[in-house]
Amino acid sequence: MDSTIKRKFSVREIREDFPALRQTIYGKNLIYFDNGATSQKPQYVLDAINQYYSKDNANIHRGVHHLSQKATSEYEASRKFIAAYLNAKSSDEIIFTKGTTDGINLVASSFGHLLNAGEEILISAMEHHSNIVPWQMLCERKGCVLKVIPINKKGEIIQDEYEKLLSSKTKLVAVTHISNSLGTINPIKEMIQKAHVVGAKVLIDGAQSIQHDKIDVKDLDCDFFVFSGHKVFGPTGIGVLYGKEALLDRMPPYQGGGDMILKVTFDKTTYNELPYKFEAGTPHIAGGICLGKALEYLNQFDIESIKKHETELADYAQDLLLTFEDMNIIGESKKKTSVVSFIVDGIHPFDMGTLLDKQGIAVRTGHHCTQPLMDFYKIPGTVRASFAFYNTKEEIDTFIAAVEKSIGMLK
Amino acid sequence: MTLEEKQKEIVEDFAIYDDWMEKYEYIIELGRDLPIIEEEKKTKDRIIEGCQSQVWLDSSFADGKMHFKADSDAIITKGIIGLLIRVLDDEKPEDIAKCDLHFIQEIGLHEHLSPTRSNGLASMVKKMKMSALKALTTNDSEQKA
Repeated sequence: MDSTIKRKFSVREIREDFPALRQTIYGKNLIYFDNGATSQKPQYVLDAINQYYSKDNANIHRGVHHLSQKATSEYEASRKFIAAYLNAKSSDEIIFTKGTTDGINLVASSFGHLLNAGEEILISAMEHHSNIVPWQMLCERKGCVLKVIPINKKGEIIQDEYEKLLSSKTKLVAVTHISNSLGTINPIKEMIQKAHVVGAKVLIDGAQSIQHDKIDVKDLDCDFFVFSGHKVFGPTGIGVLYGKEALLDRMPPYQGGGDMILKVTFDKTTYNELPYKFEAGTPHIAGGICLGKALEYLNQFDIESIKKHETELADYAQDLLLTFEDMNIIGESKKKTSVVSFIVDGIHPFDMGTLLDKQGIAVRTGHHCTQPLMDFYKIPGTVRASFAFYNTKEEIDTFIAAVEKSIGMLK
Repeated sequence: MTLEEKQKEIVEDFAIYDDWMEKYEYIIELGRDLPIIEEEKKTKDRIIEGCQSQVWLDSSFADGKMHFKADSDAIITKGIIGLLIRVLDDEKPEDIAKCDLHFIQEIGLHEHLSPTRSNGLASMVKKMKMSALKALTTNDSEQKA
């Protein structure tokens, strides 16, 4: 796809690209507002998956035969494309992973190997369990200390507290770019600068941001950036860890196996170079190729028009929701992405979600894998509507009517 | 009424609804009408943690029969609990332990009992059956199951 001339942003045309959106659930047209959990896939990606398995399937990197070389060159071309998309210095900085969680675990295990007892890791109070538990496990293993940067009621990281927590003991700051539960967009560029002042490295959890904004790792100056393919219109089971080359070079391998070695003897094994050092075993080849295709698809559009449309959707939904009595929006930062999390006094999110489902609307209910955050707000969970660029205001109107009907039944 | 007859009765009750929302309206009513566990009994040891909603279950065994009280913080879950209790309460432990709760499938609510649904209901049914089994193996009819 040629990305120099951007495709006109037309929601109607974009919807045509996503076959999953054209279906009925319980006899109602599907309204898919669970994009924070996973996104639907465009035909462009579906065709690429089909093409790979029906024509190009072969194991990569070692084969001398035509198919193997073809699969290898496509896989590596995808890595190059992703590197360019993120503005990484080289494709050696792009490690294919299973997803965001896998990327964080890789860093916790391998970068964690370089840490010593008493050294500190900072996370924020709004992190997904995936950006909490690997660090807790590391702290248990190495005697490091996990510290939590508090947030305010609006759902924003308290920057003064963050600055206070930073010290020469801080070795890593691991924060989310965008909160999956609240939608808050964190000021990561400033936070990265502050961390670097004390010599700490920074990992950005980009699971919720890669699909909504342009990511430029050079401009951000982050040390690690992780994301999942399936949230950015690509396949499940594939993701990316970006890491600065010098840092990745210093880190020991994560898992042992094929592809990550240079030479194996029973006495001593030497490891392969980047990025292969971190990719043991046959990788998710189709996933790697098709994640590139998903980003290519997204790259046809001017990201600013996507952002504008998504922000309009979120503002529209939030304004309409606030017309209901006893409605609480959870996450009220001025800087938010297209996520609206809410809870109505006296109505359990599970009940609301069940009734919305029966009206053909897919939302997520519960703690969204952020239990400490729900404890902070003293709520059992929220109902979360998360929008993508293929959603429309008409869908939000239907959703609002369904919320009204559900409140009527549950109050 | 036997356990089987009670299941049949519920299936008949639900037969008049052909719309999902009507079905749920009825379940919500059931949930509302059932203050089924005392507040002081909602203790930690009676909680069945679900990912989505919480369920409390109190089981006892007296005069050769099992007695259940339960509650949930979600009203739909509570309504379905009401149905389960209607079927299983005041029944002999041996009947409970071997019973097949087919009514759930027949009224189209089986998704709520699937182990992946994580609303605590599947764990609740398991716990009800386990306490019935426990009652079967104990001779003391007064002992709490």
